[in-house]
Amino acid sequence: MITIRIDGRDCPSRPDINLLHACLEAGANLPYFCWHPELGSVGACRQCAVTQFSGPEDKTGRIVMACMTPVSDGAIVSIDDAGAKEFREGVIEWMMVSHPHDCPVCEEGGECHLQDMTVMTGHNTRRYRFTKRTHRSQNLGPFVKHEMNRCIACYRCVRFYRDYAGGDDLAVFGSHDNVWFGRAEDGTLENPFSGNLAEICPTGVFTDKPFSGVYSRKWDLRGAPSVCVHCAVGCNTIVNAREETVRRILNRYNEDVNRYVLCDRGRFGHGFVSASSRIRAPLRIIDGQRIAVPTQDAMTQFARMAANGAVVGIASSRASLETCFSLRMLVGADCFSTGQTEQEQSCAELAHTLLGQHPGRLPTLHEMESADAVLILGEDVCATAPRLGLSLRQSVRQPAFHAADATKVPRWMDAAVRTLGTECASGLFVLTPAPTDLDSIAGETRRAAPDDIARLGFAIAHRIDAGAPDVPDLTEEDALLADRIATALMAAKEPLIVSGMQYGSPALMRAASGIAAALAGRTPMAGLSLVLPDCNSMGLAMLGGLTLESVMMKARSGGIGTLVVVENDLTRRLDPASLAELMEAVRSVVIIDHSMTPLCQDATLVLPAAAFSEYSGTLVSQEGRAQRFFQAVYAAAPVQASWRWIQALARSRNGQETGEKPDTGTRPAATGLTGWRTLDDVLAALAWEFPALAGAVKTAPDAAYRLENQKLRSQTYRASGRTVIRSHISVRDQPPPASPDTPFSSSMEGAYTTDMPSPLVPGFQVPSWNSVQALNRFQQEIGGSMRGGPSGVRLFADRTHENGNPTQYSYSADIPEPFTPRNDAVLVLPETRLFGSEELSMLSPPVAARAAPASLRVSARNSASADAGAASASAGADATPRASVTLHLTDGPHVLPAEPLPGLPDGIVLCPSHMVAPGFVFPRLAHLTFAAPEGDRS
Amino acid sequence: MSTADHPLPVPMQTEILALAKAELRPRGAAIAALRLVQARFRWISTPHLREVARLLDMSPDDLDGIATYYNLLFRKPVGHHVILLCDSVSCWIMGRERLCAHLRETLGIRPGETTPDGAITLLPTVCIGHCDHAPAMLVDESLHGDVDVKHLDRITDSLRESHR
Amino acid sequence: MNLAVRPLTAMIDPEAGPPDCATYEQRGGWQATRRTLNGLAPGEVIDIVTRSRLRGRGGAGFGTGQKWSFVPKEPASERRKYLIANADEMEPGTFKDRWLLEGNPLQLIEGMLLAAYAIQAGHGVVFLRGEYHLACQRLERAISEARSRGWLGENILGSGFSFDIHVHSGAGRYICGEETALLTALEGRRATPRSKPPFPQTGGLWGAPSVVNNVETLCNLPHILVNGPEWFVGLGTGGDGGTKLYGVSGRVRRPGAWELPIGTPLRQIIEDHAGGMRPGYELRALLPGGASTAFLDVTSLDIAMDYGSVEKAGSRLGTGTAIILDDRTCPVGMILNLEHFFAQESCGWCTPCREGLPWVERLLAAIEEGTGEHDDLDQLARHGRMLGMPGRTFCAHAPGAMAPLASGLKLFAEDFAAHITRRGCPLRHAA
Ligand SMILES: Cc1cc2nc3c(=O)[nH]c(=O)nc-3n(C[C@H](O)[C@H](O)[C@H](O)COP(=O)(O)O)c2cc1C
Ligand code: SF4
Ligand code: FES
Repeated sequence: MITIRIDGRDCPSRPDINLLHACLEAGANLPYFCWHPELGSVGACRQCAVTQFSGPEDKTGRIVMACMTPVSDGAIVSIDDAGAKEFREGVIEWMMVSHPHDCPVCEEGGECHLQDMTVMTGHNTRRYRFTKRTHRSQNLGPFVKHEMNRCIACYRCVRFYRDYAGGDDLAVFGSHDNVWFGRAEDGTLENPFSGNLAEICPTGVFTDKPFSGVYSRKWDLRGAPSVCVHCAVGCNTIVNAREETVRRILNRYNEDVNRYVLCDRGRFGHGFVSASSRIRAPLRIIDGQRIAVPTQDAMTQFARMAANGAVVGIASSRASLETCFSLRMLVGADCFSTGQTEQEQSCAELAHTLLGQHPGRLPTLHEMESADAVLILGEDVCATAPRLGLSLRQSVRQPAFHAADATKVPRWMDAAVRTLGTECASGLFVLTPAPTDLDSIAGETRRAAPDDIARLGFAIAHRIDAGAPDVPDLTEEDALLADRIATALMAAKEPLIVSGMQYGSPALMRAASGIAAALAGRTPMAGLSLVLPDCNSMGLAMLGGLTLESVMMKARSGGIGTLVVVENDLTRRLDPASLAELMEAVRSVVIIDHSMTPLCQDATLVLPAAAFSEYSGTLVSQEGRAQRFFQAVYAAAPVQASWRWIQALARSRNGQETGEKPDTGTRPAATGLTGWRTLDDVLAALAWEFPALAGAVKTAPDAAYRLENQKLRSQTYRASGRTVIRSHISVRDQPPPASPDTPFSSSMEGAYTTDMPSPLVPGFQVPSWNSVQALNRFQQEIGGSMRGGPSGVRLFADRTHENGNPTQYSYSADIPEPFTPRNDAVLVLPETRLFGSEELSMLSPPVAARAAPASLRVSARNSASADAGAASASAGADATPRASVTLHLTDGPHVLPAEPLPGLPDGIVLCPSHMVAPGFVFPRLAHLTFAAPEGDRS
Repeated sequence: MSTADHPLPVPMQTEILALAKAELRPRGAAIAALRLVQARFRWISTPHLREVARLLDMSPDDLDGIATYYNLLFRKPVGHHVILLCDSVSCWIMGRERLCAHLRETLGIRPGETTPDGAITLLPTVCIGHCDHAPAMLVDESLHGDVDVKHLDRITDSLRESHR
Repeated sequence: MNLAVRPLTAMIDPEAGPPDCATYEQRGGWQATRRTLNGLAPGEVIDIVTRSRLRGRGGAGFGTGQKWSFVPKEPASERRKYLIANADEMEPGTFKDRWLLEGNPLQLIEGMLLAAYAIQAGHGVVFLRGEYHLACQRLERAISEARSRGWLGENILGSGFSFDIHVHSGAGRYICGEETALLTALEGRRATPRSKPPFPQTGGLWGAPSVVNNVETLCNLPHILVNGPEWFVGLGTGGDGGTKLYGVSGRVRRPGAWELPIGTPLRQIIEDHAGGMRPGYELRALLPGGASTAFLDVTSLDIAMDYGSVEKAGSRLGTGTAIILDDRTCPVGMILNLEHFFAQESCGWCTPCREGLPWVERLLAAIEEGTGEHDDLDQLARHGRMLGMPGRTFCAHAPGAMAPLASGLKLFAEDFAAHITRRGCPLRHAA
């Protein structure tokens, strides 16, 4: 700990940070633009000028840029010094020379860092009397709006987009006072993190385009802390709502997980909650016709069904923990299915087991950033866990940081560190079947079939620990590669192995686990991370249940009367024939979901569930982090949380309208499903039934929590129009809606402080700081932990510190055979796409707009055959040269355009299964023909 | 200017790849490659920019950020000849404004423009290190010092002549 | 004989063109290389150059030997390092490096070789401004000749030291002359300056240790290494060592450049060498060392043109090429011209320079055109103050731009006032 003196006040500080950072941590109001805690310092904007004195005798001092000046013990600085103040006023005045001053129509207004800083410096009189320079703005696609005239040239956008996120289609153009930021030509920003520009840009140049269509000022938005539902990483978000509709998703800082950045799928995927695919009332499906019915009728009908044979519940990896658990309570453990195929479930359970056994570290996303050697084993993380991919991208900078340390350049000197790192070797190794976005920064890449990658993995483990089984007859090339990777991993202080279940290969995950365990024998910092597909895949794996195959068996034997399917579109998991068989074998099907899915066609009854924004619940991320999301929108009845529907089903089945009598003894008060009143009751019961999940209770304070004796407000004090917003309907003052499940008031009444519990922060705002930058004030240390403590609870033990007592790890010897390309069939692997593969985000119009059309990615050899096929098929006709191929799956032929994918190994094709055959379980071998059948060419 | 849409000649592509190879990173050859294209086509069209970007393993956006930064790289068509008339201080003292006015009058164009026949583009330039012979100018690659109006007329006449 | 008093330009003969390798060697070239590569350790070369008191001729005047001493000491074969010649000469009013480049490129090549040996750099780059076509041709020719004769390439003179030179022609932008922006430009990026640390000597081109030296600085090296540091110190008249290329432009009888002992009095340069003012013109003021130096008036004519003396007089030696303002040229117009240059040439990275300089230019244009207001002078002075001090802008471009403005506002206060009260330029530049 060191001390610095800021305007006569002694403030504790810490070394290794810069003066700006230190001043902000000390609570001082010092304006800045180009600096960003996650991007470091470059000294471009010159807004953070302060006067630094060489000692107590120095009365004049020297103006320095705080962001470029390292903190030193005993440093004396002044923010209030007249010289520094004048200079800062000058800087903001220069910034505003060509700014359009269009705040009233600017969507950044009210949460604009430039507005805040302008007020903070005191600049209010315009002296520049000449014409402003103007720019042309561009159409940058469905996510991001561009208004270049508002630019103050802080260079944050390109630094984030290019240097941090690895994008290359956004750049700076021109020079002197005519610099602009955009694309060379109009067009969609391709980088999967483009949406963050809206938060990174300190003014209104880059804004959230979908939000623009349903715009509201920040102060009129209700906020709720939430968790992203579009992959298993579990990024923390803020849902902003007004008039009971979701308007946008913002990043919510979680030190360990997403920190300052969300991926575009998470930011823009929320559109499904307002889409026309929503279900708003109970529906009976009669002869394919949907008929809305009153809730009471629906319940009565269910009671009738339930009396007619066993009820089996099918849960879902995208439903909350509480929902899955309630369903299990409704149907009993023997009739509860996870809603996953055998393959998916065994992989998820394997992931759970392997993580539980791992003798080293289970790193958080943030910890992954400091991994100095990373091996990715058969998972395209950029598509399956985008935010995790971004963390791995940062890890590649470790050697540059070490070079900087050696030259005594502070790590936050961003441009300098990048310069010094130019020639540093990358410690990232990507072994995947197909190219990934991380390849360009990898030290080495290798394309191979999943089995071959797993073999390489086992070979690497053996090289690290001779106790791990060796792989016979590895090719010489692979043996050398395994040597190189093993050497790099052993040399690292924080090695990390990443794999996952994208290709449905247990061997890949076992190999990854083996390497990580072998490394853990050398360093407890050896990390393992396994990617799962859905937002609650891990939670579901911890609950356990029947696979869909087992359900099928039950159904075949006539053991199922009613299926209750909750938030699970089984058409994405079962092939059409199996699904048809299942539907035939059961008498009735009840679906509880928020969106119409193809499965609803087959239902008897459909019940309208709340979407994630409309209720509160818990999800367990792939790293075993239980996290709470809160209700932001009070949906009109009868829409309600799935678990409440399940409860309603239970009540109607029992013919009961009231709760059960509480048991005596140690069980929580409201144990029975029908007795629960609030989310906290569900969680208490869950903790009792599943001790491993007990931590979920502590994920966030319960509904009884009060801050300063009040509920927490979810609107700002400035929120306007509460009474007039419905005045075209009624002039009566409406009471604000309320939820029994949370400690939030839905209005501006209530408490809000910078040290409120982090899981409950509904948005960031403090006096003088209305933009997202207000976050600085909620952090204990900027970029460090939140004042209000951590958000989320990790359910797995971290063994990093169990040095003396290593757990017994037994290596798997289940090494697959090498893959040999065949002449009569190709190995079909799923092509997972960032935009397209995930179910819910595809119901969001801006995300759907980014999804590419279906095509089959084929290897060079297959592509040559396809071309030949196309050439013969189109001989004589002037058909398009783009070759079509036919993939013969069990449900028949699928005709697709073939696109060669450089690097794809022979004998493998990538199929966007989500579009082509959503119910198939890949990988599988299939027949491929190189010309479309006659009938398909018209 | 149809050539601007033509693919880069193969020998030039080879040359650009060689330039890139000589650098520690291909992008080190960015300016040299763009100059090469400009030397042949007089300006850098968007299709050419894209091709150079591909050869240097850069995005077109990245490369265009560079092309628009350096003022001697032309991203718009220029005439057959380019007059770079120095507008820096020594030449200004020695009367470059009068020369500029004269060119505007005789060529009928303002600085930054090209004569309608495509013969001459007039551009201002910063000091070309010929201050002891101010006012000075560059006509394509040749340097002219102590320029006066008569001198100017001779030069523009011959430029037009050669264009025809 | 000439070699003794004007070593840099002795071999330059505009009629005959640059010497070829044989002529260069015959007249004393490559001697330094022979002696150094096989007789001196790199550290000894640095020591000799330090003792010669050679200071950088690129404008900042940093001690050359001292600058080299910060470079990590590994042999060239063990670590990638760069020696870069700054031949971007773009400072308005400066025309000295062109003379050396066109007149005797082999001398630069030898200078680079010696500097590279001293810092053990295996890679040489000449950053040449794009408009220097003749210099480019001659330099390329000289490099290939030197290479074919073994002066460049592998294992030069059997010393085990290898070095080669590559010419990079720029594409404009004054800021490329700033040494860190120059490095950025060489990496195929937009030439924005870099922060220091890391200094180029430890983290320069592509992150490798690099030294950037001005052409004139480098051309001195062969002579220092042949004749010794004491000889070099003896050439100068004040505290600095060697000769300097001085130049004068503007309305003098014989504008031009001369190699003279460093520290030659300003008056002598203007009156004896440039022949004094043209008939009908009086000297009013001058910029002693290029556009980014402060104005001096006639009271300063007797100063010695060395680093210390010019600084004491309130300006900088800069590039040593003086620009003369005569009594019939409008000082406001001249400053407008200068600030137009600086505003155009700002790299656009930091706010004060990017937005402040165009504002200055517009204020000056308004004053010159007759729409100036009294407050405009305060605005100009404010900019002079706020941009003038180093450390407020990212690099030295904006402070350089403010040198003529701030000094001019004081020196020509009456002219400025007259422009405003009489709504226009009383002198309306009419030459
Ligand atoms: C805006 C700016 C432009 C510069 N332009 C040049 C230049 O054209 N040529 C040059 O040699 N130095 C120039 N310099 C100085 C260089 O930054 C650097 O100090 C010099 O090349 C070092 O060489 P020296 O030590 O031999 O003088 C410039 C500096 C600044 C701030
Ligand atoms: S002072 Fe700033 S904007 Fe100006 S040239 Fe230097 S870095 Fe660029
Ligand atoms: S924040 Fe310090 S210069 Fe921009």
